[in-house]
Amino acid sequence: MNLLETKQLTKYFGETHAVDKVDFAVGEGEVLSLIGSNGAGKTSLVNLVSGLFEPDSGTILFRGADVTRESVQGRIQAGIARSFQIVNLFDALTLLDNVALSIFSREKMTRRLFSLADHQHAVWQEALDILRQFGLELKARELAGGIAQGERKLLDVAVAYALKPRLLFLDEPTSGVSTREKAPIMDVISSIVRSHKITAVVIEHDMDIIFKYSDRIVVMHEGKILASGSPEEIRRNETVKDAVFGPTHA
Amino acid sequence: MSTAALAPRARSPLRIVVWAVPIAALLALLPSVVDPYGAILLAYGLVMAIAALGFNLLLGYTGLLSFGHSAYFGLGAYAVAFMVKYLHVQSMELFILGTIAASLLVTFLFGYVCVRYTRIFFSILTLALSQVLWSLAFKFFWVTGGTDGLRVPTPKLLGLVEPENADKIHFLAHAYYYYVLGVFVLCVALMWLIVHSPFGKALQAIRDNETRARFVGIRIRSYRFVAFVVSGIFTGIAGALWVPLNGLTTPDILYWPFSGELVFMTVLGGFHNFTGPIVGAVAFNYLKTYAVGFTVYWQALLGIVLVVLVMVLPSGIVGTAQLLYAVARRRVGR
Repeated sequence: MNLLETKQLTKYFGETHAVDKVDFAVGEGEVLSLIGSNGAGKTSLVNLVSGLFEPDSGTILFRGADVTRESVQGRIQAGIARSFQIVNLFDALTLLDNVALSIFSREKMTRRLFSLADHQHAVWQEALDILRQFGLELKARELAGGIAQGERKLLDVAVAYALKPRLLFLDEPTSGVSTREKAPIMDVISSIVRSHKITAVVIEHDMDIIFKYSDRIVVMHEGKILASGSPEEIRRNETVKDAVFGPTHA
Repeated sequence: MSTAALAPRARSPLRIVVWAVPIAALLALLPSVVDPYGAILLAYGLVMAIAALGFNLLLGYTGLLSFGHSAYFGLGAYAVAFMVKYLHVQSMELFILGTIAASLLVTFLFGYVCVRYTRIFFSILTLALSQVLWSLAFKFFWVTGGTDGLRVPTPKLLGLVEPENADKIHFLAHAYYYYVLGVFVLCVALMWLIVHSPFGKALQAIRDNETRARFVGIRIRSYRFVAFVVSGIFTGIAGALWVPLNGLTTPDILYWPFSGELVFMTVLGGFHNFTGPIVGAVAFNYLKTYAVGFTVYWQALLGIVLVVLVMVLPSGIVGTAQLLYAVARRRVGR
């Protein structure tokens, strides 16, 4: 059974067809990569499913339920979380605070006005455990605005992961980091996602990363889905080669 | 490294007591060591500190600059004056309860409109709405007394009646001063709890990054709304405490320059920390009092102070003190 399905999902920005009648499906437990050239509609599709944009038409089904008009918070409660292409953190708060906020929100504790946040020991312990999984525990007390880009990328994913999602969108989790750092970052994310059986949709431009970590690849081009298949199938697909890598690609 | 070393140090109220008790004791002893005028002046400062604390829940913790908090301060003052004039109430506790009810009503209404907007739009909207209240107080003179205002006599504190021939100055400098101090301590404790609660953390998250806050599941508008209401109630309570001190309320207290004074106090003390608005409000109160006595151009003097403050001490009195303390500690540690 598919965890997520979109039917004829459409979003136009004026004359630009960002997402054009897209039927997209993600199976439970899959690690799926969404690829395509700049402007292909990958991030727009994620923005629609995560609730950042409202679609012009079409349907989004998550675990069989229609979430097309659901609020961002409703989708998070249903089990959809995301990280961002440009890191989105609470820079003036510590790494621990960043992750703890997700837990407070997940447990609906942020509604409490008259209890001390620091006394919620279980929350801080869980936040610390999550930072440890992402290899960030030694920087737990540092401000998120002051750590390196690779660590910020990991923290961005950790904040989303702390929501305990069933489906996690990772929008370019290695963008802006050095080539040397990319594989370690993906190793950490992949190991956490797979060990907790989280379904993940990864948007990425680095083809080595994509072929190494994906179960399936979906290729988008000009707002539509061009191809879908295993890494090997996509590697051999001539149409994909022409559309994504250019006609000169060998 | 151990978990204990990395986990946040629990903010125990007992740890706060270490520095809060001596300050409270100092404030409690003050009326017996200064003249009545000094005690009354400090009572004004404490009242303004409650208002600034409320104001800073929006500015410092939620990232919303209100230019209309005179509305809630004035609302508190007029709520008390109306209770005296139309309901013949004398009890200070009933004044405070009535003010909370009135503040709830008005902040629900104003908050519903204002929290849909941020930045300059929020500021202008709060300013505009406060001016609506000012114009009502100004124009409906048969209800509000217009520019003559409404008089508020000495209230009953905790059900105790002052003797008929009691000296009002003595009452304000002692009994009323302690009453204000008690409410101030209660308000500081409550606000401290709120800003250190999970709700307070959510407000700071909204202030720092609204998009991310949404994507960790925080309903931005609802949290801003609650912050707006709490902020308005604190400022309203300050207004209710102010009016017996002043003996009179006029539309001036609803006018926008008073909102500007609340901004000034908070910036003076520093809006990035909890104690900044308290220190700023007390300091501003002394500054304004002495400036008024010093020159007829006191507004110009205050303006110059504000300009210098923003340029030289952008983090306010408390922020700068913290910075200097940190530098001194580093030097001692070398």
